[in-house]
Amino acid sequence: MVELTLPKNSKIRTGKTWPKPKGATNLSEFRIYRWSPDDGENPRVDTYYVDRDDCGPMVLDALLWIKNTIDPTLTLRRSCREGICGSCAMNIDGGNTLACTKGMDDISGAVRVYPLPHMPVVKDLVPDLTVPYAQLSSIEPWLQTVSPEPAAEWKQSHEDRQKLDGLYECILCFCCQTSCPSYWWNGERYLGPAVLLQAYRWLIDSRDEATGERLDNLEDPFRLYRCHTIMNCTQTCPKGLNPAKAIAEIKKMMVERRV
Amino acid sequence: MAHENSKMQTPLRRVRGLGTAHEGTGHFWVQRLTAVSNIPLVLFFVGLMIALDGRNFADTRAVIGNPIVALPLLLALLSILTHMRLGMQVIIEDYVHSALLKPVLVMLNTFYVVVIGAVSAFAILKLAFGG
Repeated sequence: MVELTLPKNSKIRTGKTWPKPKGATNLSEFRIYRWSPDDGENPRVDTYYVDRDDCGPMVLDALLWIKNTIDPTLTLRRSCREGICGSCAMNIDGGNTLACTKGMDDISGAVRVYPLPHMPVVKDLVPDLTVPYAQLSSIEPWLQTVSPEPAAEWKQSHEDRQKLDGLYECILCFCCQTSCPSYWWNGERYLGPAVLLQAYRWLIDSRDEATGERLDNLEDPFRLYRCHTIMNCTQTCPKGLNPAKAIAEIKKMMVERRV
Repeated sequence: MAHENSKMQTPLRRVRGLGTAHEGTGHFWVQRLTAVSNIPLVLFFVGLMIALDGRNFADTRAVIGNPIVALPLLLALLSILTHMRLGMQVIIEDYVHSALLKPVLVMLNTFYVVVIGAVSAFAILKLAFGG
């Protein structure tokens, strides 16, 4: 069911305001969602001040600066710090994006940082992505063939290879997935934009021989047709991809094989 | 989110659920089909309403009695009500997840459209064929 208000134990309270770093003149204010499974408390928003003269330009730099110099308990995922691993996806300044590629200068006022929306929270900025990962494995995102395996490689023309552009670049950060209202309301039945983009990536791969079976697996009012072209996915994608178009292309294939 | 008894299930079991319904494209296609047919039919209907504005009953009956008017009116009814039912069903499926309320609302949605359609079609036919 649609949840317009947060459950009682998820209501966010005002948290602690940490002291400003001594001697710093160039400060940025951060308001960061905090929740720990260990203390039985409600979530809170803590306020921190980051010394911009001692810190890199990206939101991730600031989060790590806070963790290193102010509050080591701040918990977040990060790995590559250059927009290719998808670990540091979070809600920054009201939109889902990667903390490592979001510049602090692009944000006016205090920088508000929350975990990806509508996912269970493991701790602080770390969401539980178990369901989206299971959805990804349910579409079997790997090459499927029946023909005998060739001695060298499965061949593909340059033209067919180009059809994968704009799809293979997805880093599975799930910014799009968790920005989609349809996914919020029907997250366990609707596959969501990230997973459907991956499904399309294999549907149009000229080497794959399971196109029909893949479409069969998506032919469902919930798995595919919960997409109402709201376009939050495309708007928020930190890699500039277009999941909404990929979903529309799947719908076109569905119609094409029966009309 | 997850119910208590689903916590022991594997995540893949949860997302595979009851499998695919093997339908959905028909719904999607008819929704688009009626969206297209609604354009001329709704324009016709609005034009007719403007043309009939202020006319008396005998005049109105004479206009609607003309097959060139009565037939598009009936088609508009079919197209608009079909579109309305499909759209409303999607809204119910989006927002209502109660095992009891959802099927009840989906039924009521169908009944509503059928009743409105029957009443309207009867009215048009009665006007068209007099009596």
